[in-house]
Amino acid sequence: MTQFLDISGLCARIDADGQEKEILRGVDLSIPPGEVHAIMGPNGCGKSTLSYVLAGREDYEVTAGSVTFHGKDLLEMEPEERAAAGLFLAFQAPIELPGVNNANFLRTAVNAVRRARGQEELDAVAFLKTAREAAKALSMAPDMLKRNVNVGFSGGEKKRNEVLQMTLLQPSFAILDETDSGLDVDALRIVAEGVNRMRSPQFSALVITHHKRLLDYLKPDRIHVMAKGRIIHSGGPELAEQIDTEGYTRFLAEAA
Amino acid sequence: MPAVTETREAVEKLGQSSYKWGFETDIDMDLAPKGLNEDTIRLISARKEEPEWLLEWRLAAYHAWLQMEEPKWAKVAYPPIDYQDAHYYAAPKKKPGPKSLDEVDPELLRTYEKLGIPLHEQAMLAGVEVPEGEEARMPVAVDAVFDSVSVVTTFRKTLEEAGVIFCPISEAVKDHPDLVRKYLGSVVPTGDNFYAALNSAVFTDGSFVYVPKGVRCPMELSTYFRINARNTGQFERTLIVVEDGASVSYLEGCTAPMRDENQLHAAVVELVAMEDASIKYSTVQNWYPGDENGRGGIYNFVTKRGACRGARSKISWTQVETGSAITWKYPSCILQGEGSVGEFYSVAVTNNHQQADTGTKMIHIGRNTRSTIIAKTISAGKSDSTYRGLVRVLPKASGARNFTQCDSLLIGDQCGAHTVPYIENRNMKARIEHEATTSKISEDQLFYCRQRGLSEEDAVGLIVNGFCRDVLKELPMEFAVEAQKLLQISLEGSVG
Amino acid sequence: MNAVTKDTKATLQPFQPRLDAVKGLERTAALGALHRVGLPDRRVEEWKYTGLRFLAETPFAGPVRAYDATWAQAELQRLGVTAGVGAALARLVFVNGYYAPDLSVLPEGVSVAFFSKTGSFGPLACPDREALTALNTALAEDGAQISVPAGVDGGHVLLVSLGQAQAGAPISFHPRHSVHVAEGGKLRLTCIQGGQGRYLHNPVLEVSVAARAELNHLTIQSESDEAASLATLYAQIDERGAYNSFVLGVGAALARHEVHARLSAAHAQVHVNGAQRLRAKQHGDISSVITHAAPDCISRQTVRNVLDGQSRGVFQGKVLVERIAQKTDGYQMNQALLLSEHAEIDAKPELEIYADDVKCSHGATVGALDDDQMFYLRSRGVPEAEARQILIHAFLEEALDLIADETAHALSAHIMATRYPLSGEEA
Ligand SMILES: Nc1ncnc2c1ncn2[C@@H]1O[C@H](COP(=O)(O)OP(=O)(O)OP(=O)(O)O)[C@@H](O)[C@H]1O
Ligand SMILES: [Mg+2]
Repeated sequence: MTQFLDISGLCARIDADGQEKEILRGVDLSIPPGEVHAIMGPNGCGKSTLSYVLAGREDYEVTAGSVTFHGKDLLEMEPEERAAAGLFLAFQAPIELPGVNNANFLRTAVNAVRRARGQEELDAVAFLKTAREAAKALSMAPDMLKRNVNVGFSGGEKKRNEVLQMTLLQPSFAILDETDSGLDVDALRIVAEGVNRMRSPQFSALVITHHKRLLDYLKPDRIHVMAKGRIIHSGGPELAEQIDTEGYTRFLAEAA
Repeated sequence: MPAVTETREAVEKLGQSSYKWGFETDIDMDLAPKGLNEDTIRLISARKEEPEWLLEWRLAAYHAWLQMEEPKWAKVAYPPIDYQDAHYYAAPKKKPGPKSLDEVDPELLRTYEKLGIPLHEQAMLAGVEVPEGEEARMPVAVDAVFDSVSVVTTFRKTLEEAGVIFCPISEAVKDHPDLVRKYLGSVVPTGDNFYAALNSAVFTDGSFVYVPKGVRCPMELSTYFRINARNTGQFERTLIVVEDGASVSYLEGCTAPMRDENQLHAAVVELVAMEDASIKYSTVQNWYPGDENGRGGIYNFVTKRGACRGARSKISWTQVETGSAITWKYPSCILQGEGSVGEFYSVAVTNNHQQADTGTKMIHIGRNTRSTIIAKTISAGKSDSTYRGLVRVLPKASGARNFTQCDSLLIGDQCGAHTVPYIENRNMKARIEHEATTSKISEDQLFYCRQRGLSEEDAVGLIVNGFCRDVLKELPMEFAVEAQKLLQISLEGSVG
Repeated sequence: MNAVTKDTKATLQPFQPRLDAVKGLERTAALGALHRVGLPDRRVEEWKYTGLRFLAETPFAGPVRAYDATWAQAELQRLGVTAGVGAALARLVFVNGYYAPDLSVLPEGVSVAFFSKTGSFGPLACPDREALTALNTALAEDGAQISVPAGVDGGHVLLVSLGQAQAGAPISFHPRHSVHVAEGGKLRLTCIQGGQGRYLHNPVLEVSVAARAELNHLTIQSESDEAASLATLYAQIDERGAYNSFVLGVGAALARHEVHARLSAAHAQVHVNGAQRLRAKQHGDISSVITHAAPDCISRQTVRNVLDGQSRGVFQGKVLVERIAQKTDGYQMNQALLLSEHAEIDAKPELEIYADDVKCSHGATVGALDDDQMFYLRSRGVPEAEARQILIHAFLEEALDLIADETAHALSAHIMATRYPLSGEEA
């Protein structure tokens, strides 16, 4: 128990066209404050599902287990309450919001979260200033703020936009679901720097990735291997190297 | 200027009810006896000191009306209306036409203050996209119509200097009889339809605008309509004539008190655009929609039509319809002048038991005429909303183009959304494209917004505003801000 | 339906002597309905774009069983029924509404009965709602009642109608057909309609597709240029059943093909596709009402019109999604190509939706031949007339490609080629 994020025995399933499909089959994972952890694992093993369940997506039914976040029962909370409590999810496939101006969306979100956290809301001028600076730090074109949320964004632009949102919402816990995929070499570094800037004793992250490269920048404290809906192995940063060269076969065999 | 306040404040101050404009103003009224007959019409005409020709015109309309049947083709249902059970004339007792605001009944001023018109601008972050550097805004001249009578028109001096006539139509009848006589009923004839005939017989006031050749009206013109008195119908008549090369932007807003019984509103708006003229007509319709059980609310049967008479003339209708128990309204364009352009941008929101049947008609008569229709329909609660539109291309309209996009959004499983386009083409050189979609708000979008901390209601509001963006961006900025708020308020209680 | 104030009796005049002789429960009930509303005029919303003046002007005699066999055989050849790919198929041939055993080849594995023998009206048609169905019910002479047993593939069956009216002696016939495909069964059905002279062909066809059954149904309407062809179809599709229909309209002076399809159980699917090519003063109307009455159903509709001369094409397509029909997936597209200054298209695609979790869309386009495409073809040396034909053909072919069955597609191509030979100007 870390008193920060504790997942224990978490099972979840989805109703796919009338059939119950078991996806998470007893996930145990604790993340202490101030640490960055990574999850790696084969396609379809349930990484994104875990991130959605943590963020409170309704399609998934939690059938067993518990999650506490800052000592509170996370699973009892509405998605927006989780966001206000400090949880942020960078989506593997960010959603498009046609007609919704990006800056307007960001300010609405930031102020909703600030309100819930008892902080003063930002006025338009102050917000725009912060947002422009944050966008610049991520080398985003200035017109990204004026465009509609994710509409017509390239794959890489969408990912940067997710990181921009994270920077502005100031979460205490961020889940980055394959935020590195689709990024060019420079963008990867810029995004990693963005995450690193947030590192502090009050900030933790769970990074889902398939590539060692991002982890080289982020230097995670722990790496977990997920397969068939469970964490089957955990280790230090050196695991990344091992997976990169050997793949998952050995972990899968050991777990079986 | 009367009543300049911040919209949001106005909205917030107005108490707990979900309809924030539902107060009643206590003013001494001059009421005609209930009922509709020749005497009523003579009384209205006499009160207005009208010339003989207008009385005859009214009586002809009345006789046409007697022969007509209420249209039944729209997808709206309501108990029969007793046309004898309403007052057809109601006016504040004080003599209308004050010279300055000091002369206006302070109760009235307070009403307009509560209504928050015209609206204070808000920053771009309210979601209104203002092109950079274009933040300076035009002043707005207001004509306020209270029940049946125009009570105040502002900025008349400035307008007069520019040669623009903007006054109550009752005054125009006296001061500019030739203009009125020439154009009144020239776009919507007295016998056009049941409600137009009724309006022609009993209309009591409304606005008149005349923009002479080559003049760009120096400010936005705005009329605010308010039904206040009990058991009155409101039958305003608006006539806008824009001469060669001239242009005007006109805004119309409407509200009414909350009442248990239904009130009738049957307006007629006629627009005439000559060569190279352009008219932009924007409406934010927020008549009382009735309560959540469907009691009360305005019956809104409106005929709006514009004639693009001259070459390259342009008429653009933008409407945001959130109010009324029943809306029956099809702002149309008759595209006669070669190369003339008609546009219709509409957002219609219904909630609770509201019913809306609205859309447009684009009649392509001249060569190379073009029309665009963007209609966004949002249904929630137990409401029903229909888009009904006609695109007709006549044999001479070679090169005519129409593009239509209708999208409907359903919120909840007790409402209905319907799309009924009519496409009639008799010219092989015309091109018509029509697209329509119906769906619900995407769960993915909702979840994405909520993950970022927005409440479900705010998320719905945001997504709905995005859905309507293509229409809202056609509104003058102040109206756009008001409209966005309205959308959100109209959908309150429809999710979760 | 709105109460229409008119002399309803007068609209029935052309059929009067026969209507006076109507007997039997269903028939008299239908007659009652007819007397209440009469035949529809333009004030009836569903008939806004198609008038029935044609009928009012003509006193129609009843059909006789006797027919000219030489003519009928030649006509069957011409229509591709007894020549080419059609020759190998089972066929039920009706002449002037009566079954003609001498011209027919009964199918195997499929049971066939005849309305003239059974006298049984099906459960799907609505004489109360559709006046032409009421007229059919009152006057129906004969019809095929086809049924495919559960799990059986009934193969490909042709249902042919020939009309032959002697000059100056117009007739009307009102066939009453039904097709039932039982659970897990399959059938390909191609209806081919042709004829000569002035007549009214007013068939009613009831289609029921049971659970997991499949019916692929093509209608080729190539009636006499002087005829009126007013067909009404009622289809009901059960759970996971599929009804794929296509109508090709090239004949008749006045034609209407009206489909009422009801998706009555989950995961059912319907295609209501069509194409029409009209010229001279032809009037062709393709109308449909697709009702989603159960969740998770799919409907698809693509209709293309090519209109020349003073012809008039009408498309009315309503998709009704009932409150219970969540997860409906509906798509509808109507396109028209106008080839002449005097041609006209009227389209009314309509969505009426009461369920919220749906994905429905429709589209419509109207235009002339694409100038750029014309220019491109001509710049490659194709003469103008031929370039036109190529583009028109391509436009229609995109719809005809929806006829999945090869034999059915070949039958439709045959009719198209007879009516509109590809080389040179139109016949
Ligand atoms: N809505 C759904 N309907 C059906 N199956 C689903 C649904 N959502 C997830 N699944 C299934 O659950 C399993 C886990 O999916 P998940 O997206 O969590 O995998 P992942 O580990 O993130 O994979 P990747 O590395 O490819 O992103 C997959 O087999 C997926 O197909
Ligand atoms: Mg994933």
